[in-house]
Amino acid sequence: MPAETAVAIRDLKLALPPGGDRPFAVDDVSFDLTAGKILCVVGESGSGKSMCAHALMGLLPDNVVPQAGEIRFDGQNLLTLDQGAWRALRGRRIAMVFQEPMTALNPLMRIGNQIAEMFEAHGLLTPAERKQKTVGLLREVGLPDPERTIRAYPHQLSGGQRQRAMIAMALALEPAVLVADEPTTALDVTTQAQILKLIRDLQRRRNMAVMFITHDFGVVADIADRVVVLQHGKVVEQGGADDVLLRPQHPYTRALLAAVPTMQPPQRAPLLNRRKTVEVVGLDKTYVSDGGWFQPARSVRAANQVHFDILQGETLGLVGESGSGKSSVARLVMRLIEPDQGTVRLGDTDFTAIGGKALRQERRRIQMIFQDPFASLNPRRKVGNIITDGPIAHGVDPAAAWQRARDLLGLVGLNEGAMERFPHEFSGGQRQRIGIARALALDPEILVADEAVSALDVSVQAQVLNLLDDLKARLGLSMLFITHDLRVAAQICDRIAVMQRGIIVELKPAAALFSAPEHPYTRELFAAVPGQISSSRAA
Amino acid sequence: MTQFWRMLLRNPGGLIGLVILAITIAVAVFGPLLFPASPWRMVQRPFLPPFTMASLPLGTDALGRDVLAGIVYGARVSLLVGLVSTLAALAVGIPIGAAAGFFGGRIGDALMRFTEFFQTVPSFALAIVLVAVLQPSIVSIVIAIAIVSWPPVARLVRGEVLSLRTREYVQAAIVTGQTNGWIIWREILPNALSPVIVLASLMVATAILLESSLSFLGLGDPNLMSWGYMVGAGRTVIRQAWWITVFPGIAILISVLALNLIGEGLNDALNPRLNKGGR
Repeated sequence: MPAETAVAIRDLKLALPPGGDRPFAVDDVSFDLTAGKILCVVGESGSGKSMCAHALMGLLPDNVVPQAGEIRFDGQNLLTLDQGAWRALRGRRIAMVFQEPMTALNPLMRIGNQIAEMFEAHGLLTPAERKQKTVGLLREVGLPDPERTIRAYPHQLSGGQRQRAMIAMALALEPAVLVADEPTTALDVTTQAQILKLIRDLQRRRNMAVMFITHDFGVVADIADRVVVLQHGKVVEQGGADDVLLRPQHPYTRALLAAVPTMQPPQRAPLLNRRKTVEVVGLDKTYVSDGGWFQPARSVRAANQVHFDILQGETLGLVGESGSGKSSVARLVMRLIEPDQGTVRLGDTDFTAIGGKALRQERRRIQMIFQDPFASLNPRRKVGNIITDGPIAHGVDPAAAWQRARDLLGLVGLNEGAMERFPHEFSGGQRQRIGIARALALDPEILVADEAVSALDVSVQAQVLNLLDDLKARLGLSMLFITHDLRVAAQICDRIAVMQRGIIVELKPAAALFSAPEHPYTRELFAAVPGQISSSRAA
Repeated sequence: MTQFWRMLLRNPGGLIGLVILAITIAVAVFGPLLFPASPWRMVQRPFLPPFTMASLPLGTDALGRDVLAGIVYGARVSLLVGLVSTLAALAVGIPIGAAAGFFGGRIGDALMRFTEFFQTVPSFALAIVLVAVLQPSIVSIVIAIAIVSWPPVARLVRGEVLSLRTREYVQAAIVTGQTNGWIIWREILPNALSPVIVLASLMVATAILLESSLSFLGLGDPNLMSWGYMVGAGRTVIRQAWWITVFPGIAILISVLALNLIGEGLNDALNPRLNKGGR
């Protein structure tokens, strides 16, 4: 196949509205998209990678203005097109796949109609031909039973199937360029592996140029032909995938690659003669949603005879895909939801049997770190209040609580000035540190971390993981660490429990689990983790 | 906070509304200094047309009373009733809505059925009955208006609380062992307040209208001059003396319009994402 340049981006400069943290979202960026090749644009959040994609699709927010440079495609500069010319181009010559398939699809429209709309919008084909084409497309992206699927609504499909439908829609008019903005970030790892393979296959078969935006180096390693690394809107490095991944030149690229956790669990000293701080026995929880008059009630077993214990000073990992019930287990252990059956013991206390004031008293022994650093801090309270509210509710003298909060901020690596500020003044990683300080303010014995690092960029993720590990060792805490990311679990957990549909299918020390996974589901999970070939190559 | 004021003042409608409201308040506060005599006093011959005498620019009504003095004194009644009855409605609606939203389950259902009971009764009819039963007075009017206008507050607050209580920071407050009352007061209500403030500004306008309607029907406080009463009293002679009804009517129109403009401005200032450009 001839390697012809499909899109050439030259010296692109996109100006942000004044008052932002930097004048340009994208500053002097140049790269080419080549037919039949996948270009991965990598960077942390705020690096301007999505802005590049939106500029290429003509979907820039109206307060972001192109200031210089050009995007050459089909002999014209895309930055100078008017809306009419864009409409003719979008979908037909350049198509896009979005991150969140649930919100990118119209929930009230059948899948088939949404895809056929692509032809309709460009005035192509007759309705019968459109339908026939749609069925063909759905078959091509591997959706089961295409004749029936075209009549399905988005909510009737799984996340992976919805993303397949999105891809079918993008491919409908055989575009020359496909822009994929984090298309697998919202998906489970096994689904992600399938979608990546699908994009790779389709791109080869149709000789498309693909611009693939991601923050995940594992995905880059699996799919990229070329890589562009962005930092603060500037290209710091670009080149062939192997060159960038195995022989990174720029320090930022090296730092990013070094921050990606490996699949090898580090050596951990065995924990002997420790007492159990948490004992979970036969925990059951079934969610029942009411059926209407014409449909039966639906029930989901989020926890099915869940059984584990955590030793003092130990980190137990709970891994699984979305819907496996791992977050429900965390909330059951915290008593944010009530179990149908089973007990949670903290030391000698039966945590599930108490209520009211006794429960509020005992809660200080087990604290939680939440997933979303933006939703877990009250936007209208100062950081100092957020941290001291808990201790003060437990009768600690306010002055002492504030002093302790200052010490804690130091412990999690923030300075005292943070006490008087509001959460929105902090970055995601800093907010997560505040969340950790809040959890530590009550001197708990156990920390429950529910996807505590999933929303963070990889370099920040590594810092927060180190902080958690360090604090745990220094304060002698036990930890229940919930994650969907096996690499993260490998780095921090002493033992790991694998959950599938509410059942713990395997529970083993981390090293043993990674070297010899037994359960077929565990093996499937391990096989789907992206970027394993390259990391073994690098090793 | 300063940003909030900037946003509010940048909105032309909100600014106009604030100016009109400020003038109305000034008139209500300083009016008695300009018109020391009672608005009920007869000062000239009846049916004096407006713009004929410099001392009585808006003319006199059927009994020779000064229309302008009536409007000035009416502003006091309207603003007082609007403000106090709205505060009373908030005092009832916010706790009920917050409790229904936070506790949910049976408590929530019971509270919401109770709220719906009030909502199903036509509000104006209920207000008439309440005022008639309690004897017309400024207190009974405030009570009646508060009773018919709290249900929307309760429903709004319930909806906000329902969505806020699943937020992670609320769960964090539960996990750190804080009491329910504290969580509702400190964590939830401050974040639920913006739409309530907007609703409240519109409720003041509705309350002014309700008070005028009650007075129009003769159910106003017999000792207080109010805009609704003036419109009602002038209704029978509207063909001969249009000014008796039109000027108080304009006063009602302008003050209600001002409050609606302020509500709109508040909405834009408190939910900046809805109106600002940028997709």
